[in-house]
Amino acid sequence: MNIDSIYNGIVLDHITAGKSMQIYQDLSLDKLDCSVAIIKNVKSRKRGRKDIIKIDQEYSVNLDVLGYIDPEITVSIIKDGKTIEKKKVELPEQLVNILKCKNPRCITTTEQGIDHIFRLADPATRTYRCIYCEEDRKIK
Amino acid sequence: MRHLIDPMDLSVEEIDGLLKLANEIIAHPEKYSEVCHGKKLATLFFEPSTRTRLSFEAAMMELGGNVLGFSSADSSSATKGESVHDTVQVVGCYADIIAMRHPKEGAPLLASLKSPVPIINAGDGGHYHPTQTLTDLLTIQREKGKLGNLTIGFCGDLMFGRTVHSLIKALSRYDNIRYILISPPELRIPDYIRVEILEKKNIPYMEVESMEQVISELDILYMTRVQRERFFNEADYVRLKDTYILDTDKLKSAKSDLSILHPLPRVNEISTKVDDDPRACYFRQALNGKYVRMALIMTMLGLIPG
Repeated sequence: MNIDSIYNGIVLDHITAGKSMQIYQDLSLDKLDCSVAIIKNVKSRKRGRKDIIKIDQEYSVNLDVLGYIDPEITVSIIKDGKTIEKKKVELPEQLVNILKCKNPRCITTTEQGIDHIFRLADPATRTYRCIYCEEDRKIK
Repeated sequence: MRHLIDPMDLSVEEIDGLLKLANEIIAHPEKYSEVCHGKKLATLFFEPSTRTRLSFEAAMMELGGNVLGFSSADSSSATKGESVHDTVQVVGCYADIIAMRHPKEGAPLLASLKSPVPIINAGDGGHYHPTQTLTDLLTIQREKGKLGNLTIGFCGDLMFGRTVHSLIKALSRYDNIRYILISPPELRIPDYIRVEILEKKNIPYMEVESMEQVISELDILYMTRVQRERFFNEADYVRLKDTYILDTDKLKSAKSDLSILHPLPRVNEISTKVDDDPRACYFRQALNGKYVRMALIMTMLGLIPG
């Protein structure tokens, strides 16, 4: 299967197989009016299978969202047909308005219009805590 | 600007300074009677309170300052749907410092992000209660003469007991503290205390269900009330409320210099007959609360004389 190379845009590579649709939705890529290619189950030497997303325009990607969904992803910025920058994403220190606290006693359940903020408590177990009530959330 | 939201917002040195100042106020209250003249404390209590609110108000009055505020959400614009954000920004126009109690966890932290004046967390749901912690530390220091080398038993509702969470966190920075956590399985301490404080710092602790089994080992017994207002299910509250009742019989096997603390209010968990035992410290503890809050208000307003 052939997918055209992009000239100016972004390639999200090494996505864990099966996670590309979640990334498509969480980054709201459906709202872009350029070509977006989702390539699933590509053979990978390192990981057996992987997904790839190609976005055919300049786009400021939210690395925190990517790091939260899948810290294995690499982001390549393409300009004039050449890779000008490659970034590895990491588990972000802080997640803003990505998770919502499930603790019914937390102030975020009643206060409107505030940022829902989680801080990384333990990278080994991928555990975040709500900054307000400290309820934990383990990221699968 | 400094706020006091979490007991760890204060360093050990700052806590030592506050306790020293509180002891100085106890010894010479007249020296401090006009320190806060012309200053106003707002007490925003979205949840009922007797000791905490009145001790804050008494503290400010004894410092020569004034007090304004409300004692329940029903008598504030919260009933009209006003947000915590807006409330503190408005009250910050009228007061120099705010003490806030709120049933929702994290409300004082949220308030501190917008407030133009210092916020003191006077209790947020089952989360933290740092000024009760200062009260407890002052009481332990005055009763025991030290804040380390102690075996402390916490008994009752350790899940929603915010005073317990705050005190465990604060004491985790002192040497050689051993915790015995006495509770039914449903009311054990939450993970953010067990994992983040006790396990991460390798602090010795044990969890037991029987008070009788461990009472002889304790230097301090910190009793707590099972709090009806924290349960979504009344049946659970009724089942658990009288799990532990400290009485004179149980105290027979305790150390002669045990100190019994309780943040109050008490319901049934300490028999009134225990009140006459010299080991009962909880009313002295309530008095200490006023002095340590005087020290805190002065410090946060930058008004320490000399």
